[in-house]
Amino acid sequence: MGTDAPEARLRTVDYSLFYGSFRALRDITIDIPENSITAIIGPSGCGKSTFLRSFNRMNELIPGVTVTGKVLLDGEDIFHQNVVALRRRVGMVFQRPNPFPKSIFDNVSYGPRIHGIRDRGTLAAIVERSLRDAAIWEEVKDDLQKSALALSGGQQQRLCIARALAVEPEVILMDEPASALDPVATMRIEELMQSLKQKYTIVIVTHNMQQAARVSDYTAFMMTDEERAGNLVEFGATKKIFTTPADRRTEDYISGRFG
Amino acid sequence: MTRKGIIDEAMRVVLLCAGLASLSIVVLIGLFILRESLPAFHEIGVWNLLSGKEWRPGQGQFGLLPMIAGSGLVTLGAICLGLPLALCCGIFLAEIAPTWIRVVVRPSIELLAGIPSVVYGLFGLVVLVPAVRQIDYPGNAGFGLLSASIVLAVMILPTIASVSEVAIRSVPDEYRQGALALGSTRWEMIRRVVLPAARSGILSAVVLGLGRALGETIAMIMVIGNSVMMPTTMGGPLPGIFLSRARTLTGNIAVEMSYATGLHSSALFATGVVLFVLIMIVNSAARALMSRNVRGGRP
Repeated sequence: MGTDAPEARLRTVDYSLFYGSFRALRDITIDIPENSITAIIGPSGCGKSTFLRSFNRMNELIPGVTVTGKVLLDGEDIFHQNVVALRRRVGMVFQRPNPFPKSIFDNVSYGPRIHGIRDRGTLAAIVERSLRDAAIWEEVKDDLQKSALALSGGQQQRLCIARALAVEPEVILMDEPASALDPVATMRIEELMQSLKQKYTIVIVTHNMQQAARVSDYTAFMMTDEERAGNLVEFGATKKIFTTPADRRTEDYISGRFG
Repeated sequence: MTRKGIIDEAMRVVLLCAGLASLSIVVLIGLFILRESLPAFHEIGVWNLLSGKEWRPGQGQFGLLPMIAGSGLVTLGAICLGLPLALCCGIFLAEIAPTWIRVVVRPSIELLAGIPSVVYGLFGLVVLVPAVRQIDYPGNAGFGLLSASIVLAVMILPTIASVSEVAIRSVPDEYRQGALALGSTRWEMIRRVVLPAARSGILSAVVLGLGRALGETIAMIMVIGNSVMMPTTMGGPLPGIFLSRARTLTGNIAVEMSYATGLHSSALFATGVVLFVLIMIVNSAARALMSRNVRGGRP
């Protein structure tokens, strides 16, 4: 590698994924630029989430999944790396907030702890920094020992973002992070993403086209082909995708003609 | 009233009666044991019964402390031996075993629960007691707390293993995914997220095992030696106490009831009351833990 634009943090090359003999993703090639937000949009069942979960190899938890092609992080094939080390570099925020049934402090310090940090002061500093970066510090700072499950849905999701940040990843994957939240909480998450992209490369899957248009710098449009395998139809700057898409199918989708 | 309405009403009454019957059976048994034990509590006194170290029905001495100690120690021993194994079994089945192993192991564990306890007793008598007798220790006869604890450990294994497996399984998959996505290894995920989340379910598994252990009778009679004595180290170090003979509360009743009369008989009913109360405490602890498990989940 190395011949491409240096800003491509994540790349896939002819990447396909199979559930047993069923092909769920077909020959996807994409360059995801760093320090930006890339949105993956497309109709339900087009493989957006599956594609997103390829970047931290979460699909491996499903029995019978095989892949072909390459997924590269900083030019290195992630399938040749230690999966635990990979997931430390590629964090993930899930669709439904999933804080552990522990205190706020223990949730955020979970990652640093399993990666070997024991010192209480260091942990406390990491927890504070992560909660600040996730824009939830002011709301929880008075009681970090409170159960994370006592927070509202929107707070839980920001806590989950803080928990992911605490591991100091390079990339953050977000799988419809606001779909379970109300509009106000959604807005806060979107604002948060804008501030996070200074430091991180963010890939977000969303059902919501307005959200993609609002928050992302680049947009990838996926669709299933006649064999029900997910394809990348078009990828480019968000502004271009939403104003002058190159592909007829993209235009039909974003103008609401199907999907 | 329509025909269907009558059937509906009749069934309601039948089911209500069935429900009330099971309730009243418990209450009646409780009252019966209590009534039979009243003379003993009255003449001997609650405190003397509970704290007396001598049980000599012929001389009118009715102290239950040796049996309370015997039941307590054998239960403790069984938990110490059985819990780690059972818990590992539960974790293995819930988190690690591939399906084909699970379909073999789980029924075999359930089969353990179905073996009559007298068969466990036989196994203890023929295999464990001679084996324990090999331990070179003054006064060791093979019969005693160690043999009984081992038998009991095997007997509570299926209860603890299957209840804790269910508890571990009921931990939402989102927690596992969250832990793995943060770069946990599988074991870190199990130890730091899954087990703590299943904690109260596992605790109630342990308490259910406790209840089963306290109530076991025939297998204990066969291997524990049944001597009425405070378990003793026989002059050796503290762990030697497990080589001591002992008698359980359950065994006390079963061994003597056939020939007991008068105050002796009443004292045996009092033994039953003590057992009843102990098991009730254990069971309500289990129930309290389980209801906390439900509340501790995602709101």
